[in-house]
Amino acid sequence: MNDPTTALVPAPTLAAITGSGVLQLLIYLAVLLALVKPLGWFMARVLEGKAGEAPLGLGRALGWLERGIYALGGVRTDGERRPVETGWKPYAAGILIFNAIGFIAVYALQRLQHVLPANPAGLGAVEARSAFNTAVSFATNTNWQGYGGETTMSYLTQMLGLGVQNFLSAATGIAVLAALIRGLARKSSSTIGNCWVDLTRSTLYILLPLSAVLALALVSQGVVQTFRGPQEVALAVPLSTADGAVVTTQTIPLGPAASQIAIKQLGTNGGGFFNVNSAHPLENPTALSDFLQVLAILVIPAALCWTFGEMVRDRRQGWAVLAAMLAIFVPLLFATYALEAGGNPRVQAIVGVDGESATAPDALIGNMEGKEARFGIAGSARWAATTTAASNGSVNSMHDSYTPLGGLVPMWLMQLGEVVFGGVGSGLYGMLMFVIVAVFVAGLMVGRAPEYLGKKIEPFEMKMAMVCVLVPCAIVLVGTAVAVLIPEGYTTSNPGPHGFSQILYAFSSAGNNNGSAFAGLTANTPFYNIALGLAMWFSRFWIIVPVLAVAGSLAAKRVSPTTSGTLPTHTPVFVLMLVAVVVIVGALTFVPALALGPVVEHLQLVGK
Amino acid sequence: MPSSTTHATSSIFNPALVRPAIGSALAKLDPRVQLRNPVMFVVWVVSVLTTMLAVAGFAGKGEAGGYSPTLVLVIAVWLWFTVLFANFAEAMAEGRGKAQAASLRKSKRDVQAKKVQGPRVEGRGPSGCQTALVSGATLRKGDIVLVQAGDPIPGDGEVIEGVASVNESAVTGESAPVIREAGGDRSSVVGGTQVLSDWLIVRIASDPGSSFLDRMIEMVEGAKRQKTPNEIALDILLAALTITFLLACATLLPYSIYAVMQAKAADAASTAQPITVTVLVALLVCLIPTTIGGLLSAIRIAGMDRLVQANVIATSGRAVEAAGDVDVLLLDKTGTITFGNRMASAFHAVDGTTAEQLADAAQLSSLADETPEGRSIVVLAKQKYNIRERDMHALGFDGKPASFVPFTANTRMSGVDLPLSTQYPQGRQIRKGSADAIEAYVSRMGGTPSVQAREIVNEVSKRGSTPLVVADGKGKTLGVIELKDIVKGGIAERFAELRRMGIKTVMITGDNPVTAAAIAAEAGVDDFLAQATPEAKLKLIREYQQGGRLVAMTGDGTNDAPALAQADVAVAMNSGTQAAKEAGNMVDLDSNPTKLIEIVRIGKQLLMTRGSLTTFSIANDVAKYFAIIPAAFMSTYPALGALNIMRLNPATAILSSVIFNALIIVVLIPLALRGVKYRPVEASRLLGHNLLVYGVGGLLVPFVGIKVIDVLVNLLPVWN
Repeated sequence: MNDPTTALVPAPTLAAITGSGVLQLLIYLAVLLALVKPLGWFMARVLEGKAGEAPLGLGRALGWLERGIYALGGVRTDGERRPVETGWKPYAAGILIFNAIGFIAVYALQRLQHVLPANPAGLGAVEARSAFNTAVSFATNTNWQGYGGETTMSYLTQMLGLGVQNFLSAATGIAVLAALIRGLARKSSSTIGNCWVDLTRSTLYILLPLSAVLALALVSQGVVQTFRGPQEVALAVPLSTADGAVVTTQTIPLGPAASQIAIKQLGTNGGGFFNVNSAHPLENPTALSDFLQVLAILVIPAALCWTFGEMVRDRRQGWAVLAAMLAIFVPLLFATYALEAGGNPRVQAIVGVDGESATAPDALIGNMEGKEARFGIAGSARWAATTTAASNGSVNSMHDSYTPLGGLVPMWLMQLGEVVFGGVGSGLYGMLMFVIVAVFVAGLMVGRAPEYLGKKIEPFEMKMAMVCVLVPCAIVLVGTAVAVLIPEGYTTSNPGPHGFSQILYAFSSAGNNNGSAFAGLTANTPFYNIALGLAMWFSRFWIIVPVLAVAGSLAAKRVSPTTSGTLPTHTPVFVLMLVAVVVIVGALTFVPALALGPVVEHLQLVGK
Repeated sequence: MPSSTTHATSSIFNPALVRPAIGSALAKLDPRVQLRNPVMFVVWVVSVLTTMLAVAGFAGKGEAGGYSPTLVLVIAVWLWFTVLFANFAEAMAEGRGKAQAASLRKSKRDVQAKKVQGPRVEGRGPSGCQTALVSGATLRKGDIVLVQAGDPIPGDGEVIEGVASVNESAVTGESAPVIREAGGDRSSVVGGTQVLSDWLIVRIASDPGSSFLDRMIEMVEGAKRQKTPNEIALDILLAALTITFLLACATLLPYSIYAVMQAKAADAASTAQPITVTVLVALLVCLIPTTIGGLLSAIRIAGMDRLVQANVIATSGRAVEAAGDVDVLLLDKTGTITFGNRMASAFHAVDGTTAEQLADAAQLSSLADETPEGRSIVVLAKQKYNIRERDMHALGFDGKPASFVPFTANTRMSGVDLPLSTQYPQGRQIRKGSADAIEAYVSRMGGTPSVQAREIVNEVSKRGSTPLVVADGKGKTLGVIELKDIVKGGIAERFAELRRMGIKTVMITGDNPVTAAAIAAEAGVDDFLAQATPEAKLKLIREYQQGGRLVAMTGDGTNDAPALAQADVAVAMNSGTQAAKEAGNMVDLDSNPTKLIEIVRIGKQLLMTRGSLTTFSIANDVAKYFAIIPAAFMSTYPALGALNIMRLNPATAILSSVIFNALIIVVLIPLALRGVKYRPVEASRLLGHNLLVYGVGGLLVPFVGIKVIDVLVNLLPVWN
């Protein structure tokens, strides 16, 4: 605080916002929205289709495979080739068993990779607690990475363990969502679908084809896809290190990256092939690959809103939920850009002191710390907001280096419960839990017993919805509290409020199954591996089970007809109500914590 | 409803109610009482904690870096006030019911009953039975008692013999006596009411303790505290929010300790102190939804009380809430949509008779007819043709009186026979009646039934009116009187209002479909059930329910009982039979079928008040953060002072927030007791309006309120 430059700190400025930056964000939103309807329609057909049938010729191409999987797994179908459906409890049991097996498989692959093939770099077995953390992380669609990919995981582990889980954890999200939608759409039904069928169909017809297309597009941009091991290449200009040694070569990591990156983005997984994730030039080389990847992050969560409207036979409901998500996302997207473009006032002051002319407008520089020059501020801010709105967590810039408030936005987007787009499937089913809360309060305010899509919201639904709201909040707050109380938690790279932000960010990420890392926190320690592993597991399945319970309970209910006294849930007023519930619950829960982290850091930065 | 207006206009903070409520609020500090309400129980627990901290402070063992013991004590006192104000709100709501219960209880004092002993000779009244005086409390279901003029009726029951006027003011508040008689729809009597004239023989229908009066007392006292599913769901929401804020506040202590550690590491001279428990507790109480938590039971009790004031007794709170959700309303035509009786509306003369002649004849035939239809014919003749009313006796001649021929079910005609006179040398016979009966009469008298009259009869029927044909003794058909069902004034507007509320109205009538359709169109109901039988009503209700709708209906007769039992909201008329009252889940003491609209409104108000105050309570939290966070972390992070946008004194900001949080409960008591106003507009507009008032209002009000309180608190200079 005694810095002589403080007196010269100029007010934060928006002058570094550029037209091209704004245009990048607008084009992104436009393309995203244009894809909502066609992809949403396609996914609804897949989720409602009979065994072996799928639109766009996929049924003909892959139907044999689907039927083969059912035959192998013993999934029974009735005379009309509709698989036998179950109630919510067998459905939930299936999901839990499936994910438990996935967890065990990933753990085993990591621990045994040194004796398994496809390990050209000869990497050893992964340490037990790190392997536990990673296995949970990929089974829960979190993809928190305490490790560096190229120096830890063999190609076999990457492909058979992490890559496969990228598909299956995303399919789990879609399946649970499909079950919840059926619960809302059906009348007096005792079943909500067949979990094995939903898992199979969403993997086979949605995730696989989209990933194949995206992977090829990424390869065209220069993302690597090879089984060759790391390559030693000569440096164009030799470097000399601090102790005088001259370095003439560097090791370039390679691997089957493109195929994994495609599903990493489409499945809102976010686990990078390489350590620096999508900031790595071989993972995300060009502006176009960047655009395609950031688009892939949101496209399924956004389109699922349309799928929802289609499956409940009222498309306006899908648009309303999407509108609520956009109403939170778009302002925060632009805020992130504005905050980063505004730059760090103290850096700005130094530039002025050094005489490099801070007076001319073009000398105003945004905050480029931790950002890739090829993506710039707009491209980085776009990614930061997108990856945390969705529970993706991949990065193309280091959020730790953002301005305090610029870093607050991604953190808060996660703390909202990953319901603003959120994970594939999980974002929307989380949002629908908030809808239940919003409908309840709004219904009371108009003097009606609350109902959503004709289904009465009663104590049971309320209890389950509140569990879904409460679990992530509790995990984040308590996890952070434990970490700041014990020395094992102090692995932060900065002291003071910023260090606190790093810890809070880590638990916000794990507790909401995002997986984004603030960077700066050394998380590959026994404490963080176990604490964050538990956080990810509980926040995933303590939500999935209540959501399925709600699905079962709603499916069994009768549908009340709509009258003019019924509260419509597709109107702007209701969207506003929903936004208010999400934002207020998110804000009220985390304001004290945020005040001690990014808020005070910002105030100290701009303060006198 | 004379009683309801006096209640509603009396001031909410009536001293007669406030004084006992204060005592009751203190008594409710019992933790066992508080445990029923999770939100207020948390406040109770932290009040105890803060009081202990204050005591420790005075003993010199206060929290490091914390407030002075005096300030801690003042905060503790205001936390206690928060609990007390919530208790007070509940006590106020209960108080209004208690006053009513006390007056009801007076009429419940033990009475002597004349129990019929041994065999009873039916039809002989008091002289047909032997009675013995017993205590009213010993009567059991099925006992038979004799009640004579001046006697109180010892228990609920059914009149099996006799007719008497009964003063029911003890339950209805209506002082005009009512007639109770055996058979028909007015056969039930209520214990605690008094026979004014004549006598009744009553079969007791309830055991002691479960009588209508007992239920009513229970209900107004709120003794039955069963929560409705909706309340349970709201409780879950509030409990979950409380847990969230509990976590947010509890974890703030470790965060603060970490921050202090970091501050001291950076600057050894730092005077940073971790947040004190007093401040955390104050923050917690300000954040958890105490406003709605504190007023929740007052809202419920007041809602039931509003119903009582509307002279409706409900058997459960669930029925009241269901009323707010009703989709379909079944209404009896007669008495609800139309006046009970048909009235003459036109004279249609035929076959050369003038309308005046017809009116004259019709009037003559109706002079002695005391039925409402008959009276309406006389009135219409006077209005339209200025035919003055004649005296029946003056129509006699030469000592021979004019004789009135009353209506019988056999002849289905009524009329008059005038004796030979100078005016009518051959005497005169006039008959009026149904078309078929008059046609038969005309033929009998040697005339030919009129073709024109037949046509008019058909037309009149099509209009939904009832035709009465008039003929004279010469076999000549004079014309047709049109009797019309008069739809009550303003009823169409009420149905339009219901439609805006989203409620579909269905008219139930015994009329034929043609008549029913015409009246339905005039009254503006959405649908009708013609030629309704009890079975048809039951079937209709079941059909609606199968479609997921909630059905409300009113009824009074025994034949309504099955339908009442099936309906979700069933309002029995107090004048109705015991069977109807037992089948329904509400009883309207005024026996006013349109009361259902009032009941729907009260049900909606109950939910709306809950929802609006919940929204208000949560929205308040935003301002409280701006007040408390900067003050709480002043020593660790002075930079957070920038968030003190209200410019509060950091020393008193927390106290001011706690005071605001407590006072807002008191401020909102009138709203909780009166209920949020319901306007029958589209749900979406209603939501927009309430979000603006209670959501946005809830955001802004505390900024102003806390600032004002802080200014006032700082007028006392002791805090700094």
